[in-house]
Amino acid sequence: MSAGVLPAVGADREIAVFAREIRRRALRMTSRARSSHIGSAFSCADILAVLYGGLLRVRPQEPGWSGRDRFILSKGHAASALYAALSRRGFFPSEALEAYSGDGSIFCGHASSAVPGVDWSTGSLGHGLPVACGMALAAQLDHRDHRVVALLSDGELDEGSNWEAILFAGHHRLDRLTVIVDCNGLQSLAATEETLRLEPLAAKWQGFGWWVAECDGHDHASLRSVLETARHQSGKPSCILARTVKGRGVDFMENSVLWHYRSAQGAELDSAMTQLE
Amino acid sequence: MRKPFVETLENAAEQNPDIFLITGDLGFGVLEPFARRFPRQFLNAGIAEQSMTALAAGLAREGRVVFTYSIANFSALRPLEFVRNDICGHQANVKIVGLGGGFSYGALGFSHHATEDLAVMSALPGMTVIAPGDDYEARELTRLLAAHSGPAYLRLDCPSAPACARTEVALGRASQLRDGRDVTLVATGAILSECWTASELLSDRGIECRVLSMHTLAPIDRAAIRGAAEQTGGIITVEEHSSKGGLGTAAAEVIADEDLRPQSFLRLGIRNPAECVSGCQDFLRRRHGLDSASIAGRVENLLRTTGRARERAL
Ligand SMILES: [Mg+2]
Repeated sequence: MSAGVLPAVGADREIAVFAREIRRRALRMTSRARSSHIGSAFSCADILAVLYGGLLRVRPQEPGWSGRDRFILSKGHAASALYAALSRRGFFPSEALEAYSGDGSIFCGHASSAVPGVDWSTGSLGHGLPVACGMALAAQLDHRDHRVVALLSDGELDEGSNWEAILFAGHHRLDRLTVIVDCNGLQSLAATEETLRLEPLAAKWQGFGWWVAECDGHDHASLRSVLETARHQSGKPSCILARTVKGRGVDFMENSVLWHYRSAQGAELDSAMTQLE
Repeated sequence: MRKPFVETLENAAEQNPDIFLITGDLGFGVLEPFARRFPRQFLNAGIAEQSMTALAAGLAREGRVVFTYSIANFSALRPLEFVRNDICGHQANVKIVGLGGGFSYGALGFSHHATEDLAVMSALPGMTVIAPGDDYEARELTRLLAAHSGPAYLRLDCPSAPACARTEVALGRASQLRDGRDVTLVATGAILSECWTASELLSDRGIECRVLSMHTLAPIDRAAIRGAAEQTGGIITVEEHSSKGGLGTAAAEVIADEDLRPQSFLRLGIRNPAECVSGCQDFLRRRHGLDSASIAGRVENLLRTTGRARERAL
């Protein structure tokens, strides 16, 4: 890893604070709303911290800036973490998050592009990557240098539409496209390997013509380094298999499908908040 | 109607570099001239309609005016949830082209019969649904769609229907091909030619029909339905489509919503689309009572029945 490629913003300590803030805000949101998917939000909190802590080129005061890097949260059920990251990055004040999942709120339980900074509405799995392919193709045709980043879950790879898009991006050498797979090894009911075996996953993406790297999806320096390398790939789309732990950050939530559904209340909420200090 | 569509789109693509045509690996003998002339505005997405639809939405988000192109069930129904979430949910500027309305591909079997596309597309939020009645309307409506903003579905019938009459074509406004007071025949799509022929047969028998091409099914022309209910002796809708959810249903909704009282109302469509029978388009139209002779017969029966009812009431 060369220090020279790291962005100026987002020193490791700052990113750690960013990630902790994402988790704390997402936890408050889902607990207040008694909504699901906090485990999924924690799983990708570090990835979002690295992206919004400096790596993505965005302008919080100008969310629709045409030169921005596009980001699609294909695992739209982790919207609480995305909204938290956007508020932390300055797209809107953190108080706005109190409306999350509330009556009449734009902060829907699945990612909504009505929220400033959200490029695409998601919620149904298998949509984010093919949409990102369209955006990356437009950038390629127009010789523009912004990137299109899509964050997918591992269970989401069961959806056939992803494999249509993986074939497409490889064929068209969409090198402005980066996919990050949040590989926490779990899906809705059970382990991914028990449900529909994905491994060897890196070999599958490579076989479709992608540049592939694996990293610890909670190690900020490693994530940053691999994302920077991906940014400079030419002639191939890039895929990062971020090995993560579902529920990461709160011991009783880690590696459990229960926290795909349950929201923390009372003593559980207190304990979780304490662990995230 | 494929040729008039592609030729018109070529003209649009020449004037507007944002026009972009994506095929789901179909269009042999039809799309090549477009592909050759506008290689940077053309893409074969492969036999992958879900990804084709989603990436069309992504391209539209970046400023393109995208047309996706395949056989109707493949471009509209196969990727339905992608149409709903990615195109309609984002009001993306994507026009879905569905080839082979109704029994255009009759002999190919049930998989290729487009008999629910209009109902399903009409149910989607913000979707403009178009079924041209003939090549002339196909040309005009393609031109208008290329300049229109937002989601649309364009149903094209495969064999070119014989042209009926010339009227000005406007999105959302039914074209009136002839006027008459005895009854109004409303058609959507190329079944218009059967209605036209039926109106000639009926005229020979002393029954004068108003004939409307309801080429824009959504949003439907409410004024045209109201006019037919108030000025003529009844409304007969004719569609090469399931009798559920298409033109007949849309007309009935207008009648109910606006408390109209047509003297008679009849919906002609396909009652049992899942019947697994092969046959050419003409054969299948006759089998489902959608040929000109059957339509004319139904009109005569209807007028006889409502006439008797009126006499009884007097
Ligand atoms: Mg997972």
